[in-house]
Amino acid sequence: MSILTQTREIVMLNLRSIPDRLAPSLVIVIGIAGVVGVLVALLSMSTGLKQTLGGNGRDDQAVITRGGSQGELSSFLAIASMTLIKQDRAIARGADGLPLAAGELIVITEVPRPGQSTGANVTMRGVEPTSFRLRPDFTMVEGRRFRPGVQEIIVGDGAARQFEGLAIGNQLRFRGGTWTIVGHFRSGDAYDSELWTDRDTLQSAFGRAGVSSLLAQLRSANDVEPMKARLVADPQLDVDVRSQRDYYTGQSEGLTSVIGFLATIVAVIMALGATFGALNTMYSAVSARTREIGTLRALGFGALPVVASVMAESLLLSLCGGVLGAVIAYLAFNGYAVSTLGGGFTQVAFQFAVTPGLVMLGVTLALGIGFIGGLAPAIRAARIPVTDALRAG
Amino acid sequence: MKYVGLVLSGLLRRKLRTGLTLLALLMAFTLLGLLQAVNSLFGGAADFLGASRLITQASTSFTQPLPMRLMPQIEAVPGVESVMHSQFFGGVYQDGRGFFPQFAVNPQRLRDTYPEWVMAEDGWRQFISTRDGAIVGRNLAETNGWKVGDIVPLNSFIWTKADGSRTWEWRVVGIFDGRDEEWSERANIMYLNYGQFDEGRSPAARGLAGIFAVRIADPNEAARIAAEIDAKFDNSSDETKTQSEQEFQLGFARQFGDIGAIVNLITAAVFFSILFLTGVSMSQAVRERIPELAVLKCLGFTDRQVMWLVLAEAFALCLLGALAGMLLASALTLLLPPEFPITTDLRVWIIAGISVLVLTVMIGMPPAMTAKRLKIVDALAGRGDDSPLERLLHRGLDAVTRLFGRREDEEEHADQESRA
Repeated sequence: MSILTQTREIVMLNLRSIPDRLAPSLVIVIGIAGVVGVLVALLSMSTGLKQTLGGNGRDDQAVITRGGSQGELSSFLAIASMTLIKQDRAIARGADGLPLAAGELIVITEVPRPGQSTGANVTMRGVEPTSFRLRPDFTMVEGRRFRPGVQEIIVGDGAARQFEGLAIGNQLRFRGGTWTIVGHFRSGDAYDSELWTDRDTLQSAFGRAGVSSLLAQLRSANDVEPMKARLVADPQLDVDVRSQRDYYTGQSEGLTSVIGFLATIVAVIMALGATFGALNTMYSAVSARTREIGTLRALGFGALPVVASVMAESLLLSLCGGVLGAVIAYLAFNGYAVSTLGGGFTQVAFQFAVTPGLVMLGVTLALGIGFIGGLAPAIRAARIPVTDALRAG
Repeated sequence: MKYVGLVLSGLLRRKLRTGLTLLALLMAFTLLGLLQAVNSLFGGAADFLGASRLITQASTSFTQPLPMRLMPQIEAVPGVESVMHSQFFGGVYQDGRGFFPQFAVNPQRLRDTYPEWVMAEDGWRQFISTRDGAIVGRNLAETNGWKVGDIVPLNSFIWTKADGSRTWEWRVVGIFDGRDEEWSERANIMYLNYGQFDEGRSPAARGLAGIFAVRIADPNEAARIAAEIDAKFDNSSDETKTQSEQEFQLGFARQFGDIGAIVNLITAAVFFSILFLTGVSMSQAVRERIPELAVLKCLGFTDRQVMWLVLAEAFALCLLGALAGMLLASALTLLLPPEFPITTDLRVWIIAGISVLVLTVMIGMPPAMTAKRLKIVDALAGRGDDSPLERLLHRGLDAVTRLFGRREDEEEHADQESRA
């Protein structure tokens, strides 16, 4: 028999006997399913977060905040500064000739969490009419927009799902006033975790004279740097200028890197554990088959087919485990909506995203574990002297 | 104790298998230790606070500062001993690594409201009389090498000075300790004198206090006092929310929300994988030794003793793995960069201990029962049963095969029918 035929026969023989060694074989499958499931779940969290926080950042829009502030929350621009910045020549103008820029004010509000006395911090953003034009992805899902001058709120899709009491028609009490929720909106990014209202109404209710940030549509993406140079050099102003993409990335960096770090540590340790489990299983599989292997060798089967058979078993089992883990992670977590603390000390609601790339990564890891777990036992199987193997009990 | 040798020789019978199982256990407990240490960070860390203080914040959000004028009204509520105002300063020292919180407070009120912070009389006097004074927790002072008399420049990302600059200079006038070990551990904050803070910031912001910490005489009255404070400001533009300090602190941790739940989920997945792995390895070990166990019974060991022997073996395995894993986890937490301030505290060790016990019972009990029920005659002849786990698995596999078999039969049947 050629080596190929030998290999095929012995591999099939081996695989067919797996059900007899069910429990130890399942160790590999379950161990690796655990590793892959956890890894894919953790990374899908980080992917989902990135998609939400940084995915839609544009290069041709600029976010202007107070100099030295870490985000919108700690930023403050006086009305005079806002007016001055809006006149910058880099900012595009609409059909009406007015600059396409919106000064927005954010405050933190507390929204009740089910079953807890402490609420969740949610951003409330006061916007002006231009704000909607600056966000082409903005759509109303339900209800209508707020009317200026009335204490009305529209709620992001993510926040509405994540927190209690944000249905249309509900009322929230802030600063001695009653605010009515009149609609739900979606924009596909971090704004989905916010409450929006009319800026002037918010300013008067919270006693704020200025805005937190200014979002501006530039004539082109190349205008960010010159505009930054101009504004920073202006002695009347003290501002930071960033492209929207850079601003978002800066806001999500900390959180995604923490999650990435956690995922790596967890995956490495779990992968080591699963490798030891796989080694254990394959060693005992080899030792259970010692006499069988001896017989095969005595019949003239080569060492290579024996190695191949053990490796095939190990790889097949780990592949099953990897696929199982990825499937479980996909079923349990894809689209799983959670909220956590985002950049500006407020909640950001996001969904886990199990992407094909992550599944591939998980399965690759599984095969890697299977390879290492199978190699040493396979070599041992091939090196047992035939006479010893035949005598083994 | 006299059976220790026997248990050990049981474990050492298959050195490779025991070694690999131990390594897998080690990894599992390393992970458990690390994850639960992270979890300690997110929640449950506020137990030390007791219930003798309330925090009054703006009902909208704690980031919304309350005006100073509310203070006398809060002080007037019966049962209130002292009131302190506190404003988060948000200062960044040097390059911003190793962030620590600072609060602008009234020094005398801090002393009255937080008797847990201990400092020499001179330090308190200096703090009260120095307008740009600051006091620093012992740990923080040691980390940064600050001494009394040093000037610490802080760049506030929240508060701008009236002249537009953001750099505030604070003079260290005292270094405080905690009253006991628990509080000493937490002495890594900085208190700033409200005097320079309020004078320096832009006029529009002056007179804002931040939040109020309210010390009460009788913790049992907390609910009434909190309700009374909130009632005073109901329907004003500065509505308040008063809760125990513990709740307030937990509120911060809860902002991380579902992360804690996810960490627990991972721990569960790890635990389950290890449970299965070790369980299979244990039942294999026992099955191989069935004739030996029978010999032990022949020698006069009772059924119960044999059962305990097997359990002891499982326990030894889990304990060794857990101990090594927890030590590794503790070592790893020390190696982590300072942005991840996690430690394997007592809570984590307790969780690990409980896990060892649960694991021992779960993986040790089935083979132990097999060993207990063993009939000497069958066992000496090598007629061992499958382990309960394997029986269960085989039954499951049979059921699946039957299910698929039947479906194939049905399909064939349907085929035949359609052909007919």
